[in-house]
Amino acid sequence: MSVTVLTLIILIGSYLAGLLGSLTGLGGGVVIIPLLTISLGINIHYAIGASLISVIATSSGSAAAYVKEGITNIRLGMFLEIATTAGAMVGALIAVYIPTNFIAVLFGVILILSAVMSLRKKAEQIHQQKSELAEKLKLNGTFPTPAGEVSYTVRNVGGGFFMMLFAGVISGLLGIGSGALKVLAMDGIMRIPFKVSTTTSNFMIGVTAAASAVVYLQRGYIDPGIAMPVAIGVLLGALSGSKILVHTSSSGWLRWVFAVVVTILASQMIYKGITGTI
Amino acid sequence: MTKKFKDTDMQAVIGWILRAGVLVSMSIVFIGGVIYLYRHGHAHVDYTTFVGVPDFVSSPGGIIRGIFTLRGRAIIQAGIILLIATPVIRVIFSAIGFIIEKDYLYTAITLVVLLIIFSSMLSGHAG
Repeated sequence: MSVTVLTLIILIGSYLAGLLGSLTGLGGGVVIIPLLTISLGINIHYAIGASLISVIATSSGSAAAYVKEGITNIRLGMFLEIATTAGAMVGALIAVYIPTNFIAVLFGVILILSAVMSLRKKAEQIHQQKSELAEKLKLNGTFPTPAGEVSYTVRNVGGGFFMMLFAGVISGLLGIGSGALKVLAMDGIMRIPFKVSTTTSNFMIGVTAAASAVVYLQRGYIDPGIAMPVAIGVLLGALSGSKILVHTSSSGWLRWVFAVVVTILASQMIYKGITGTI
Repeated sequence: MTKKFKDTDMQAVIGWILRAGVLVSMSIVFIGGVIYLYRHGHAHVDYTTFVGVPDFVSSPGGIIRGIFTLRGRAIIQAGIILLIATPVIRVIFSAIGFIIEKDYLYTAITLVVLLIIFSSMLSGHAG
């Protein structure tokens, strides 16, 4: 395939991945890796490197907007970034020694988990129970709502921190933002309001990805010929997605379509991983 | 009240850094991409086996030489490095913000994050 044709195909595919990823909140990384490896036969290491770059671009771009609105809990993000960056570093370092088959299977499993997570009902939760550790670390915060500032507390700091360590390893190993795992940690374990956990997770993704990207960059995983169309495509797709989101409120059916697509891709990754054809 | 004011100040600076970093680095990637397609658009590529990246985009010296000789992939790689640096620069500015706020606990936490990223950079080099 010539450079021009391959670049155009990747660009269009990445745009669609970024668009869907932003509309459903799953992120573009989870679609782009199966697209590059299964459809285009690109080596999974290059796919992971390119995806990681697109993850940094989209998360930094959207974090810029959220941070200004004051929803992001910057202290909580900074504190948990210790766990995610340490995990990401470990993930990127061990990625070299792990067989690609295993990476493909693990990717499929995380993909299905992300799809299930995106279908959950998102009920807003605001807790006021005090936790000593959260208080010491100044993690409790407030966020703006139409009804004024609402304050909330953070629970189970240790459990959340541990889950973030795991999210970091997965992010470093697979080249995705692992936003689903981050939200699981903050939403499910630390009991933070949904709006705060999604925006703070997004805020952390860029730094987490950067910690493993510095390793991948030196190992030659990030090829400019692939990373260029992937990063541009996913970023533009995510931008279009955020514009559409403002105008439409219901995206229920879209979530289902995406979850089905993702599950099919995930099964293919797992199948190819087990049969050793990736 | 003053603490609250400084927190929102920091949010504005962080938001600006992230936006500017993405805009500048992606513009560089785009320019590099156009040059790469112009020069190598008809070349055939094969990414099925992992062979790393070409020599001229794998070292800082090679990338700098590549930029001056207008090699597309060297320019793309420079943009990518700037993009990776964007969240790291954000962390550095957060550290400065916490120092100004005299929040020493969070200055320390932020420095730990920076330390992890830099050791990641060094360990990647060694491997």
